[in-house]
Amino acid sequence: MWEHLQIELYKVFKRPRTYLSFAAITALIGVIQLGLLVDGKEYADFVMADFANSFSVDGKILNGYFICYVILQLLLVHVPLLIALIAADMISGEANMGTLRILLTKPQSRTSIVMAKFIASVIYTLLLLIWIAIMGLFLSMLIFGTDDLFLMKSSYVVIVKESDVFWRYAGAFCFAALAMVTVAALGFFLSFFAENSIGPIVATMSVIIVCTILSTMNIPLFNLIKPYLFTTHMITWKEFFDFKVNDANEAIIGSIQYPDKIIRSATVLAVHIVLFVGSAVLLFRKKDILS
Amino acid sequence: MLLYNSMQQIVKVSQLTKQFNNLTAVNQLSFSVESGDVYGFLGQNGAGKSTTIRMLLTLITPTSGEISIFGYDLNKHRKEILQQIGAVIEKPDVYKYLSAYENLKLFAKLSGVKPTNKLLMDQLEMVGLASRAHDTVKTFSQGMKQRLGIGIALVHNPQLIILDEPTNGLDPQGIADIRNLILILSREMKKTVIVSSHLLNEIEQIATRILIIDKGQKLVEGSSAELFNDQQTILQISVANNESAIQTIQSSNWANNLLPERDGQIMVGLNKEDIPNFNRMLAASGVDIYSLQARHSLEDYFLQVTAGKQHVGTFTN
Repeated sequence: MWEHLQIELYKVFKRPRTYLSFAAITALIGVIQLGLLVDGKEYADFVMADFANSFSVDGKILNGYFICYVILQLLLVHVPLLIALIAADMISGEANMGTLRILLTKPQSRTSIVMAKFIASVIYTLLLLIWIAIMGLFLSMLIFGTDDLFLMKSSYVVIVKESDVFWRYAGAFCFAALAMVTVAALGFFLSFFAENSIGPIVATMSVIIVCTILSTMNIPLFNLIKPYLFTTHMITWKEFFDFKVNDANEAIIGSIQYPDKIIRSATVLAVHIVLFVGSAVLLFRKKDILS
Repeated sequence: MLLYNSMQQIVKVSQLTKQFNNLTAVNQLSFSVESGDVYGFLGQNGAGKSTTIRMLLTLITPTSGEISIFGYDLNKHRKEILQQIGAVIEKPDVYKYLSAYENLKLFAKLSGVKPTNKLLMDQLEMVGLASRAHDTVKTFSQGMKQRLGIGIALVHNPQLIILDEPTNGLDPQGIADIRNLILILSREMKKTVIVSSHLLNEIEQIATRILIIDKGQKLVEGSSAELFNDQQTILQISVANNESAIQTIQSSNWANNLLPERDGQIMVGLNKEDIPNFNRMLAASGVDIYSLQARHSLEDYFLQVTAGKQHVGTFTN
């Protein structure tokens, strides 16, 4: 299994396509950072427009933590496509190339082959998120410096103390990793039903788009299924930036307002991963290889 | 590692059937391959050859029937059996973005072999790719890919080699090279080889035993010597007027021996001792005969058998 995983990783990282995702992330984050570096003051004024008469803000709103939050909000919508490029290609790509049949004539169990491929997709996904963290958080901290994190919610403002921010990002990135692994599992599962890469990649994105629409529309019929859709829970990483307050309405350092919500969302995502990967293993063990 | 007696049946297939929905691709097929055989596997397109080969390699699950290889049940000992099998199935597709060396190394590992540089380079040398070892496969011709596929099939020194259309896409020299390689594998390295091909003359030159299937069923299985029994002859007749000659044959006692015409020639399946009488009958009926030619090639035999004019069954040694 370990050797097989090494082989799968070797194949993934030998393909030029793999590095397109890292290049795309670098370019996107670079563009956002450049824009905010050049015209950040105007952006901050625009964001603060509603609060300008009520608040007087000392310090640096446009700091590395704030930039990273903006980047995460923007990128986590698009990253699933980059993940689908690899995960949805894992089986279908091999079927398309004709290598799947050679692979399966080797003395390896089908379960081992599937699991090695899935774990390779997970490692790719995690590396992509680590790269987002390096570029979005650490590089932004380097360029824009650090200060308290100032977040505008729909009806209130959250100010997270500088000393209380970093661990929240660690938690948010871990949760985002779980959400993106769910996307990888979905792409991986769909890759069993096609003999070319395009179909499963498009199907993965279509499922995510449809489910996201269902998750965001406030219609009673859809509200019934929302709690079971993985897309409803993919944005729960934001919960790491809501904290409890004491009687004096002061933030309690190190607290999270709704930890049970994070646990529930993580559980739903984990169940989806198990279902997608379990189904893939069961299907693959019985699949006739006709490609 | 499986242990087996070198004299035993290497492959034994019993009542093998595969159904895809309403289509029966392989129907109650039974055959056996002996140690050291070069076993020619023949059939028209869609006859069920590839489906059978894929079942031997566990790529397709049989609907019913049994397969034992090296004396062990394929279902129960899949991993151990596959360690002793090397295969090229139809196109030898490999990872195009990797080099020949990298592909070979990767598949050697998957086959349970420690891929030393010497082993890999020797293997590439054997298939004539040593000088291109580090070039990516996307720059290779179809023939080079085919040779790499064979290198991959042989890298773990398997006892049984299964080649499905191994000469596909090769030029005449490449075809001859593969033929020689199969002969070396069989005669010098004592490997057992199952080879399917549509190039009947290639099979004719290398196969020690032959299986012909049609519509998923066995038509004929036997050694080349048995199949090419010169008592069973196809007569190729060239005459001045085909229509009148055919009418003459159809109205004679030889009507059932008439085979489909080929290349404008009348074909008749006869026992050797009947040829003089048949010739006299034609001449006596006023047919102007240009030539009578007895043919014994595998192609003739294959066409005769698959045309349904003859069902020979199974020969025994």
